[in-house]
Amino acid sequence: MVWNKEAECMEKEEKENLQLKRLKNTIKKTYERVPFYRKKLDEAGVSVEDIKTLKDIEKLPFTEKSDLRSAYPFKTFAVPDDEIVEIHTSSGTTGKPTVSGYTKKDIDIWGEITARAIGMALGEKHDKIQNCYGYGLFTGGLGIHHGAHKFGATVIPISAGNTKKQIEILLDFQSTIISCTPSYALYLAESLENEGYGPEDISLKSGIFGAEMWTEEMRDELEKRLGITALNIYGLTEIIGPGVAQECPEKNGLHISDDHFYPEIINSETGEVLDYGEKGELVLTTLTREGSPVIRFRTKDITTLREEKCSCGRTLVRMDRITGRTDDMLKIRGVLIFPSQIEKALLKIDGISPNYQIIVSRPEYLDEVEVKVEASRELFSDEIKEMESVENKIASVIKKEIGLRVEVTLSEPGSLPRSEGKAIRVIDNRNFE
Amino acid sequence: MSVEQISVFIENKEGRVKKAINTLAKSDINIRALSVADSTKYGILRLIVSDTERTIKALEDDGFLVKKNEVIIVKVPDEPNGLNSVLEILDQNKINVEYIYAFITHKVDQAVVVMRLEDMENGKKLLKSKNAELLTEEDIKNL
Repeated sequence: MVWNKEAECMEKEEKENLQLKRLKNTIKKTYERVPFYRKKLDEAGVSVEDIKTLKDIEKLPFTEKSDLRSAYPFKTFAVPDDEIVEIHTSSGTTGKPTVSGYTKKDIDIWGEITARAIGMALGEKHDKIQNCYGYGLFTGGLGIHHGAHKFGATVIPISAGNTKKQIEILLDFQSTIISCTPSYALYLAESLENEGYGPEDISLKSGIFGAEMWTEEMRDELEKRLGITALNIYGLTEIIGPGVAQECPEKNGLHISDDHFYPEIINSETGEVLDYGEKGELVLTTLTREGSPVIRFRTKDITTLREEKCSCGRTLVRMDRITGRTDDMLKIRGVLIFPSQIEKALLKIDGISPNYQIIVSRPEYLDEVEVKVEASRELFSDEIKEMESVENKIASVIKKEIGLRVEVTLSEPGSLPRSEGKAIRVIDNRNFE
Repeated sequence: MSVEQISVFIENKEGRVKKAINTLAKSDINIRALSVADSTKYGILRLIVSDTERTIKALEDDGFLVKKNEVIIVKVPDEPNGLNSVLEILDQNKINVEYIYAFITHKVDQAVVVMRLEDMENGKKLLKSKNAELLTEEDIKNL
């Protein structure tokens, strides 16, 4: 269902007027209230008066993750502490986390956009949403939680982990929608199968999957094994959390709630703004956030924006599935590779589970890539030479996809890490110092 | 006459062989013969046991990747040239041996050789026609 028809199906002109009005307001407030933005804008020599059309946003400087980090913990807040009612942070895997502060209205907006996401994921008020995103400082759990409340569905706040309990709830409560990372969903499917259950024993109809990159092949796998419609959700703590964008069952890109977040695509090297249909780095500006507004945040996520109206009737700008990050792009012997390409290749081979690990090293002067894959009954043989020929076959399929020869190693089933948050797929042991 | 052999995938990690053997001990399974094939990255533990099905279940329950296949077990005279005479028969008929391992028992005064041949059917026929003594599952249980 379309949760908010007026906002989600708004005509272009009306939307652009709304966006411009909100953009000006955001710039004005951040300039007045956040010293580090004032400094940035002053240095760039722009002020709110220079923003006459939406295109003028290009005059504004970008905000990098490092900018937000240097404002740690609360220097990004644009309202007095009295008005902040909730705080979340990024995972901090690459350094100090970034902090986002939410006012009552921010929480309401967050609930609104995740309610839209639930609507896009076939949600109805009577649905029971098993929310296995982690509750806590991580935005995943509470984001979906706020949305379910706003939407009026039942949220089962089970949080991440404890697979045994997850399965018990799936079977006993007959949850109808599940939200978690796609790799955890796959792990749940595997665990259900190990206990002798299949799609016929559960009532799930859809999955809201995000917080990590995944592929169409993984979607097929999840849909088949859980008997669901598997849909992609996108969001990031710096902007608000999950719900910034969500796929509808048409599966032709994620609808960005662009009445609240203004998207641009840039060439990540030159910073030049690219057109619809061109691939580049996603840049987002919050249009309605009060607590932690962000101007032109460089997400490092690589995607393409699409303007055409979706057949579901929504006019929200769509973004393609994220195909990589500017910072996890691997440069191997000069060739750019995304882990998602290797995943795509692996899913073409029967008997391979999509759990894998990429280990990059530079033993002498040349990069070497090892891809660890879990062996299965189909791939296992009682002879070493057979096993080696399986590895070589997998290596050739990967080579076709990425153009590079990699070393494939079969490992024991269940031995590679499955994530409850973000899966660690790449270990780069090269020393560039 | 062929006998079932179990192969277990052993990752090159500390304690994995021990863990597999430990699983068998816990389930009270007797190992009749054992060999390990290995590459630099992993090994394959091959076992002839007293109860194949129960062994597979015990290993799989403990998370091991297991496969069952057939091998030939032949008695050879426990003396110089004993094994050679058996291999000679196969060689003359161009039947390749994939792998081979041997064990001795207390109950027969002969060595026992486990073989996997490229062409199992013809190998079996040939050995039988040359009066080689192939052991059955039943024989293995009684060893």
